[in-house]
Amino acid sequence: MYRILSKEVLSDVVKLMDIEAPHVARRAAAGQFIIVRIDEFGERIPLTIADFDRDRGTITIIFQELGKSTIQLGKMNAGDSVASFAGPLGHPTEIENFGTVICMGGGVGIAPIYPIARALKQAGNKVISIIGARNKSLLFWEEKMRAVSDELIICTDDGSHGRKALVTEPLKEILDNKDQKIAKVWAIGPAIMMKFVTLATKPYEVPTIVSLNTIMIDGTGMCGGCRVLLEDGAQFVCVDGPEFNGHKVDWDNLLSRLSFYKDEEKKAVEHYDHKCRLENAVAKGEK
Amino acid sequence: MAELKPHERMKIKRHDMPNQDQLVRRGNYEEVALGYSEETARTEAERCLQCKDPKCVQGCPVGVMIPQFIKALREGDMVKAVEWMKVKNNLPAICGRVCPQEVQCEGSCILGKKGEAVAIGRLERFVGDYELSHRSCPLVKAPATGKKIAVVGSGPAGITCAVDTAREGHQVTMFESLHGPGGVLIYGIPEFRLPKAVVHGEISYAVDCLGIDLKTDHVIGRSFTLNELLEEYDAVFLGTGAGLPSFMRIPGINLNGVMSANEFLTRVNLMKAYQFPDYDTPVRIGRKVAVVGAGNVAMDAVRCSQRLLALQAAQTGEAPGEAHIVYRRSKDEVPARQEEVHHAEEEGVIFNFLTNPVEIIGDETRRVTGLKCVKMELGEPDASGRRKPVEIKGSEFVMEMDTVIMALGTNPNPIVFVDADGLERTKYGTAVADTERGRTKKKRVWAGGDVVTGAATVISAMGAGKRAAADINAFLKGEADWE
Ligand SMILES: Cc1cc2nc3c(=O)[nH]c(=O)nc-3n(C[C@H](O)[C@H](O)[C@H](O)COP(=O)(O)OP(=O)(O)OC[C@H]3O[C@@H](n4cnc5c(N)ncnc54)[C@H](O)[C@@H]3O)c2cc1C
Ligand code: FES
Repeated sequence: MYRILSKEVLSDVVKLMDIEAPHVARRAAAGQFIIVRIDEFGERIPLTIADFDRDRGTITIIFQELGKSTIQLGKMNAGDSVASFAGPLGHPTEIENFGTVICMGGGVGIAPIYPIARALKQAGNKVISIIGARNKSLLFWEEKMRAVSDELIICTDDGSHGRKALVTEPLKEILDNKDQKIAKVWAIGPAIMMKFVTLATKPYEVPTIVSLNTIMIDGTGMCGGCRVLLEDGAQFVCVDGPEFNGHKVDWDNLLSRLSFYKDEEKKAVEHYDHKCRLENAVAKGEK
Repeated sequence: MAELKPHERMKIKRHDMPNQDQLVRRGNYEEVALGYSEETARTEAERCLQCKDPKCVQGCPVGVMIPQFIKALREGDMVKAVEWMKVKNNLPAICGRVCPQEVQCEGSCILGKKGEAVAIGRLERFVGDYELSHRSCPLVKAPATGKKIAVVGSGPAGITCAVDTAREGHQVTMFESLHGPGGVLIYGIPEFRLPKAVVHGEISYAVDCLGIDLKTDHVIGRSFTLNELLEEYDAVFLGTGAGLPSFMRIPGINLNGVMSANEFLTRVNLMKAYQFPDYDTPVRIGRKVAVVGAGNVAMDAVRCSQRLLALQAAQTGEAPGEAHIVYRRSKDEVPARQEEVHHAEEEGVIFNFLTNPVEIIGDETRRVTGLKCVKMELGEPDASGRRKPVEIKGSEFVMEMDTVIMALGTNPNPIVFVDADGLERTKYGTAVADTERGRTKKKRVWAGGDVVTGAATVISAMGAGKRAAADINAFLKGEADWE
C-alpha cells in the first residue's frame, strides 16, 4: 500500500497528490510515468510524473477526473492509500542545452511539462513555455511554470485568462520570428492538441517531442496494448517511449485506438455512480 | 487393499478425470477438471508397477520420485506421499494441473506402450491438493546465515529459487514488477485451468513460512537496476520469464481489435475483465474471435474467448458468437497439451488447420472486420522435424472477424538488462546461463526459466530455479567458487 501524503485541488476536476513511494522516487526523472491501481478491483492507470522528491521518497501526480478510476482517485484524501504504485516507467526526457526551446502543456499536460521545463532550464536552455486550457478554472501551476521559464504564454479557449487562443497560435508566431531559432519543441496534452502542434511545427522542421498517453495495462512491455504506429513501424509506448518524435506518429491511428474502449469507460462511470449513490443511501438510512 | 499381482494391476483401467459438464462450463470460469476422489486416486495408484528402472522419472524434467510417492499414496500414507513429492517438486498442485504429462512422465510410462499410462499428473495434483489443505509437510528455515539474496520475478522459476534458498537460512527478497506474484501462473493461465486460489495458497504459504520479503510493483531495470542489486545482495537470481509478445508482420496489424494473447489474457485473468464492471478493466471482443497459433497460450486465449462470448450471449439473449483457432500446420503438429485441445473441442471452439493469415481487414473506423487467410498443405519436413506448411496458390479467402488475437510466442523482456554490463544474451534476447547451475556470464548473477530457454514450461522453469538455488547455496557457503 502506498500512502497519499497530501492532496491539492487544482480545479473542479484536476487534483494533485503526493504519494509515498521511495522505490519509484529514487530513480524518477522528468518524462517518465508511473502506474497506479487504486484497490483490488482497480485497473492499472498510467500517469506521467509531475514532480518527485528523492529525499522524501515522494512522487507528485496530477490527474483530471475523466473516467471511473480518476474520479474515484479524486475522492481519496491525504492518509488514504492506493494498492499499487509502480515505476518509474519509460525513458526519461533527453535533457541537454539545445539553445532556445518551447515547452507546451495543454490542460492536465501542464503537470508533466513542468519537470521537463525545469530540467531544460537547469541545463542552460532559454525556455519559452506555452500553457493552455479550455478555461481559467482548468489552468494550474502558472507560477511554477513562470519560475522555470524565460517567457510564459497563457492561452484559454474562451479568453477567461491570458490570450483567447489555441496554443498553436502563439507557437506559430514564435516560429515565424526569424530572429529567434527554436531548437526543439515539447508538447504534452490531449492527443488532438499534440497532433496539431506537430502539424504546426512540421513546415518549420523544428524537432517536436510528444509524450503519448495510450491505453496501457502492465506498462512494462508485456502486452503490446500501448503500441503506437510510427512512420517506421509500431513501437510500445511504455518501453520505447513515452516520448516520441511527433512528426513520425500516425495520429489518426492513435486517436482511434484511444477511443476503442469509450463505451466501456462510460459504462464503468455509470456503474460507479450507481454504486456510490447506493452506498450513500445505505449510509443515510442507517443514521 | 491386498497386495496385487502385476497382471491384476494391469487389468485396472485408467480413471477418467471428472470434469465440469461441457455445456455448463462454457459459460463460467470455474475449474474444468474437478480432481480425483481419494478412492479413485488410490485405485489409480494401484495401477503403478513400481518399475525397478522407472522410465517415468527419466521423462520428468526434474525427476520427481514418482514410484515412491505413488506407493505411499496407495498405502494411504499421505504425509509420506507429500514428503516424497516435495523432494523434487515444491509446487505439485500447480504442476499436476499444467504439465504436459503426455510428453513427459506419462509419455514414458511402460503401461502406455500397450495400454494407457498411469495418470501420474492427476495423482500428483491429488497429493498437491492434499498438502494445500493439510500442510502436513511444513517448510522450515535453517538458522539465519546473514546472507542476502535478490530474486527477480515471481513466476515458477523465481518462487522455487526463493524457497530453496530461504530454507537454507538466507534472507530472500523477491522483486515482482506486477501487483501480484505468480508470473504466467497468474496473468496467463486462466482460472478454469489453474485456480488462482491454488497459486496464491502456494506462494503465500512459502512467503509466510520462510519470511521471504515480497516486493511487488518493483520493476528491476527501472526502480532498481541489476548492478544496484549486486551492491546490496550477495547473489541475484533472474527469473523474469519471456513476456514480450510478438506480432505478425502482415497488413492491418495495428487495427483496433487486434491484440496479443498476453494483452487479452492479462485483461481477462490478472485484471478479471470477465467480471467487468465490478472490476474496472474491460475487454471487448465482439462476436467473432480468431486466435492465431495453437500452443497452450492460444488454447487459453480461445477458451477464454468462448466463455466471454457465452457470458455476453447470456446477457443479451443473442446466440453466442464464434471462437476460432487459426493454425498454419495440421492437427498432428499442435503443440498445446492434449487435454486442452480436447477440452477446447468439447467447448465448441472451431479449429481451422492448415490456414495462414495474410492480412487483417478493417473498416473506415479502423476496426477489424475480417481475417484474410490462405490455405496451406504439408510439404517436406523442416529443421524441427515437422512437415513444413506451404501455401496453396490462389486459395485466399476471408473469414469475418471482430477480433484477432496473436498467440505466436514471446521473447524475454529486455527491461531487466538495463545497467547489467557483462550479462551475455543470445540473439533471441535470452540470457546465457549454464544448464546445470544457472550461472550467467556475470559474477553472482544466476538465471533460469523462460528468460534463459525462451517460452517453455512451468516444470522446466521450476527445475532451473531449483538447480540455481542449489548452486547459490553452495556458493554462499564457500563450497563452490565462481570460476
Ligand atoms: C497463457 C500461457 C499458458 C501456458 N500454459 C502452460 C501449461 O499448460 N503448462 C506448462 O508447463 N507451461 C505453460 N506455459 C508456460 C509457462 O507458464 C512458463 O514457461 C513459465 O511460467 C515460466 O516461468 P518463469 O518463472 O520463467 O517466468 P514467468 O512465469 O513468466 O514469470 C516471470 C515473472 O517475472 C516478472 N518480471 C519480468 N520482468 C521483471 C523485471 N524487470 N522486474 C521484476 N519482475 C519482472 C514478470 O512480471 C513475471 O511475474 C504457459 C504460458 C502461457 C503464457
Ligand atoms: S502497456 Fe503493456 S506493453 Fe505497454
